[in-house]
Amino acid sequence: MEIPYNVQVREDTGLYNSKLGIWLFLASEVMLFGGLFSAYILLRTGAPVWPPIGEHGSIMHILKETIPHATFNTVVLIASSVTMVMAWVSLKMKDLRKFRIYLGTTLLCALVFLIVKYFEYSHKIHEGFVPSHDTYMALYFTLTGLHVLHIIGGMIVLGYFFGPGIKMWDNEPERFTNRIEIVGLYWHFVDLVWIFLFPILYLLN
Amino acid sequence: MSDSHHEESYWRKYIFSTDHKTIGIQYGITALLFLFFGFSLMMVMRWQLAFPDQAVPVIGGLIQWLAELNGFASIGNLPSDLYNVFGAMHGTIMIFLGVVPLVVGAFGNYIVPLQIGAPDMAFPKLNMTSYWVYFIGGVIMLVSFFLPGGAANSGWTSYPPLSVIATTGQTFWLLGMVFLITSSLLGSINIIVTIIQLRAPGLTWMRLPFFVWAQFVTSFLLVLAFPPLEAAGFLQLMDRVFDTSFFLPSGLVVGGEALDVSGGGSPLLWQHLFWFLAHPEVYVLILPGMGVIAEIIANNTRKPIWGYKSLVYSVVFLGFMSFIVWAHHMFMTGMGQGMSIFFQTTTMIISVPSVIILSCFMLSLWGGSIRFNTPMLFALGWIPMFGIGGLTGLPLGLSTLDIHLHDTYYVIGHFHYVVAPGTIFAIFAGIYYWFPKMTGKMLDETLGKIHFFFSFIFMNGIFWPMLIQGMAGVSRRLADGGESYAHAQGTLHLNEFMSYSAWLLAIAQIPFIINLIRTLLRKKAAEPDPNPWRATTIEWTDTTSPPMGHGNFEKVPTVYRGPYEYSVPGDSTDFTPQTSKLIKDR
Repeated sequence: MEIPYNVQVREDTGLYNSKLGIWLFLASEVMLFGGLFSAYILLRTGAPVWPPIGEHGSIMHILKETIPHATFNTVVLIASSVTMVMAWVSLKMKDLRKFRIYLGTTLLCALVFLIVKYFEYSHKIHEGFVPSHDTYMALYFTLTGLHVLHIIGGMIVLGYFFGPGIKMWDNEPERFTNRIEIVGLYWHFVDLVWIFLFPILYLLN
Repeated sequence: MSDSHHEESYWRKYIFSTDHKTIGIQYGITALLFLFFGFSLMMVMRWQLAFPDQAVPVIGGLIQWLAELNGFASIGNLPSDLYNVFGAMHGTIMIFLGVVPLVVGAFGNYIVPLQIGAPDMAFPKLNMTSYWVYFIGGVIMLVSFFLPGGAANSGWTSYPPLSVIATTGQTFWLLGMVFLITSSLLGSINIIVTIIQLRAPGLTWMRLPFFVWAQFVTSFLLVLAFPPLEAAGFLQLMDRVFDTSFFLPSGLVVGGEALDVSGGGSPLLWQHLFWFLAHPEVYVLILPGMGVIAEIIANNTRKPIWGYKSLVYSVVFLGFMSFIVWAHHMFMTGMGQGMSIFFQTTTMIISVPSVIILSCFMLSLWGGSIRFNTPMLFALGWIPMFGIGGLTGLPLGLSTLDIHLHDTYYVIGHFHYVVAPGTIFAIFAGIYYWFPKMTGKMLDETLGKIHFFFSFIFMNGIFWPMLIQGMAGVSRRLADGGESYAHAQGTLHLNEFMSYSAWLLAIAQIPFIINLIRTLLRKKAAEPDPNPWRATTIEWTDTTSPPMGHGNFEKVPTVYRGPYEYSVPGDSTDFTPQTSKLIKDR
């Protein structure tokens, strides 16, 4: 017996299996970042000044410089979410060429994001603002670091569908489209996490 | 079936299998071994508690070798540093490597698809991955025993600042936990999707066996409660590896010297994140057990379970409430009166659905023609044992009583009554009950009954005196059993009695092990009875005869009725399967 509703939608739930699976996974991710955000709230409300002043003084002046970079990164990430949807829509319209272009653009945006992030990190570390400097820096590196890991994870999956994974299109186009839909949902979630990280780490200080 | 014409290789069939039944058994065997290992740690600790600082008999040499490898002095006794390691790892192994993988990984995996008429879990490859991730987590935990300083030694709760300044074993503990949490996440997502998507036609929500409901709620607890602990684990890992101060307050002095960290963190933050998982975790341990007990009680009283709908609503409510009671573990942390009152109130509320569930089980016995077979004995033993566990929890939920009882042996007695004779009795009951489904052979009843009666006696012999010691004020985590502790003097004599009970409990498991091995070696009947308990649920009535092949069913079963239609008037037999359409047809 085959496992049912792998590709087809079950009538009474309106879902195929992996779509429900990814939503549950995202629910757990919400709890993961929820735990980290509550750590942020607790530590921030307990601190006399924010960001705390440590050995190298306050991070504020560097932070002000990096707001344009982070804003640029926000735009890049939102753009990647848009192209992600376009990639899925292209598959729905059976246009593999357009799918490739949009998915490639998504990957490119992710890469740009990582490069900007790399310069941001190295600048801060260079100035002595390492995770152990104060609790703000600890939160900054942990939260954005975990987010970067999510980006890299997403890029690996997207890269697979851009490269060898695309063969599935020839035999099981519907299943392939579903796969792009669920990796898209994940991608939007990672984007959404950044939408929360950006104000709490860069703007609200 | 599609698989009949190609032979799978040994590796695909037994090691890297994607069949939920094989994975369930892999989980079961691994978790039982871990359960035994965790119990062995405790048996050594009980020697130290009963006869402090004397050389451990039989395995004294081994203990000395391990202690010296870790860098502790030992003459064959259990030094207090190693006692701390054993204590922390006993808790960790029993909960995360023993009981959860057994009730969710083994029972959930094996039974749920069969009970809902599914050919497999929704994501077979993910299922295999979750087992192997669990396995890696277990290996990391075991390896940590051989590190300098030993394995984690800050208790299974890993409270900072102690855990942040502890030896390398704690880093391994955190890494191991990340693997175990990931494994549980994958497994529980799989179970939820399977239950929602793969139910057989006609199997509506209110026709699900209670066991499936229990697994469903349990999986939601795992999906939503585990990630905050994973987050906390990351933060503690950062504190240990990158010298951050998430959990380290300013001005911390260790061993007379100020700690060289930035400070500004909060030890309470860990406790909140930890208990946000660890309280729902208690229900992860007990709910599947309740599911097993419901199946067995309905089957062996030969009547419908009393109050099926109340059971279902209670278990869902219990699952929801379990997310807002966590801080009752923290009454003594100085988090404030308002918080204590809130969590005390929610704790009293959560006892209501538990009592409903227990009452339903007891009322189910009323007027039944009870069959006293081994699974039923374990189920009947479970009821008062879980009752004691639950009732002893009520005083702990009151913040004023907690001033006296907090961190005493009373707490240990309470939660062991819930988990040891509670969950583990349910696990035994389940093994005896579903063993014929897995192998086509019945376990021996006489050996089973010996196993039950002695386990029942010795379990109480271990845990009842703990309640007495705790009320006398004996603190937990004393490496000498309270010998040097003024409050403990009046109840010190109980230590030996408890220790002998623990070792005798180990001996009482020998009939069980003999039973398993003997039955497995026995030749299978040519046509094993597919439904030896005369049960109504799909896994007994409609699967291919044991051992089942890939796919479980010849054709998709259709369900026409509820799960516990025993002794239906007008039927020729006293059980009416879920898949039988009309009574008069039979």
